[in-house]
Amino acid sequence: MKKILVTLLVALCACTLFAQGANESASQSVSTDGSTSMESVVLSLAEVFEENTGIVVTYNPTGSGSGITAAQEGRADIGLSSRALKDSEVASGLTGTTVALDGIAIIVNPENPVSDLTVDQIAALYTGEFTNWAEVGGNDAPVVLIGREAGSGTRDGFESITGTEDVCKYSQELTSTGAVITAVVSNPNAIGYASLSAVNDTVKTVLVNGVAPSEETVLSGDYQIQRPFVFVTKSDSALSESAQQFFDFALSTDASDIIADAGAVPLV
Amino acid sequence: MSLNERITVLVSGYKANPKRLIEDLIHFIFLILGLITVGCVLIITIYLIISGLPAIIEIGPIEFLFGTRWASTASEPAFGILPFILTSIYGTAGAIIIGVPIGFFVAVYLAKMAPRKFKETMQLCVGVLAGIPSVIYGLVGMSVLVPAIRAIFDVPDGASLFAAIIVLSVMILPSVINVSLSALEAVPHEYEEASLSLGATSIETYFRVTVPAARSGIFTAIVLGIGRAIGEAMAIMMVAGNVANMPGLFKSVRFLTTAVASEMSYSSGLQREALFSIALVLFFFIMLINAVLNFLKTRSQKI
Repeated sequence: MKKILVTLLVALCACTLFAQGANESASQSVSTDGSTSMESVVLSLAEVFEENTGIVVTYNPTGSGSGITAAQEGRADIGLSSRALKDSEVASGLTGTTVALDGIAIIVNPENPVSDLTVDQIAALYTGEFTNWAEVGGNDAPVVLIGREAGSGTRDGFESITGTEDVCKYSQELTSTGAVITAVVSNPNAIGYASLSAVNDTVKTVLVNGVAPSEETVLSGDYQIQRPFVFVTKSDSALSESAQQFFDFALSTDASDIIADAGAVPLV
Repeated sequence: MSLNERITVLVSGYKANPKRLIEDLIHFIFLILGLITVGCVLIITIYLIISGLPAIIEIGPIEFLFGTRWASTASEPAFGILPFILTSIYGTAGAIIIGVPIGFFVAVYLAKMAPRKFKETMQLCVGVLAGIPSVIYGLVGMSVLVPAIRAIFDVPDGASLFAAIIVLSVMILPSVINVSLSALEAVPHEYEEASLSLGATSIETYFRVTVPAARSGIFTAIVLGIGRAIGEAMAIMMVAGNVANMPGLFKSVRFLTTAVASEMSYSSGLQREALFSIALVLFFFIMLINAVLNFLKTRSQKI
């Protein structure tokens, strides 16, 4: 009896394994290519979209630059860029459609008296120009810079907005938002950055140029440490039917909860 | 004898003795299982060499191994892994310096002096210590050790080489204790009795007779500890800070293992290839340690 049960269970497990595999081979598909920061947004959109329509959305994490090139060369249906298109790129026949905004919160330990920083001050802290909190109106204590690992979308976003690419003097490079928050909680002199949606009460969120980060201030553009998540398409040629469907879905109100759950701020 | 004749002989042999067929079949199955293990080692080795070499060649072996700057995603990328190599060596050496004496004396105490009940409890604890997943070591290190180091040594940030060394020393304790213990217990009692009857005290006997007799087993324990320390990734990723600095005791550092683990998820292009090259270098170190271990084992068999 026991043996039969075990055999049945194993067979069942094997079946689910193959059933999973069988689902993958749907006929239609939409290819997306680009920004690594948009991974969670695109993948969660793709998951729900596939459930609803059966159309598979593929995602190739290559970076904003190559995503834009891929859209231009027609290698991908939709290019993904986590920065607004440059004028030259628009002139070359591309259209950028913002699907979401990404706000990056600057966090410090709750014991830290500093509560308002300008973007310049944040950049100066991260480049090592200011090494003591007293220089921005805090305690006389060394600044401990917490950041993310090279290649992380949040790091890329933070550094490109503050203009500190490749010059940040980190004292810790951690591999997840949770680890950054834990490190800031455990060190009273630490400063870190994290995606807006991931920040919780254990850390203090700093006002940037006097504006507190929230969905509203990100949407209105008052909060400065933010960037758009852009779908890049060709201006002159129409999208394939399934790609257009995905495009419309991403911009619809149905998608806004999914985008918010994935850590970005939806536009609608 | 031709092949056909051979087969006929074999078949008739099995007919006469069916048990032998089963025996041979089982031998064959076990051989296959053994080959799977060997195959895994071969595949991993070949895969690492194939995927690790191109980046080393592209970057240049000298610049790769002795370059002091690692900036894999910068606009002008630099791929020097000397900081990682030195950190791994310093970190492992530190863990050995702290962990081995503790483990060694604990083993001597357990083997020779401890009361039986106490010894059993201690061994149970050591077993549990060996079974704790490395992420737990990292978590405790991150939330207890790192803030403690910051407070005690008055440094801006406790996540440092020193924190990693402490975590690694604790992690290598079980293997050092267990292997030294079995080596010490394997020393024949006659040696000790002879020494005691010549008038040596028991402490003199343990350290002049038992320990030298168990020497090669204790070396094996140390090498095993080195292997464990140099290959650990998860725990030290959480306490070492992971910045590609040249190592310093209270500086945030990145090990060979954590260099691969921390950047792999988002990497692409040459950066990804370079990560495989780091893995290849790490693999080389582990192979070296295994070679030393084998050497020690064969030597101990001769003695």
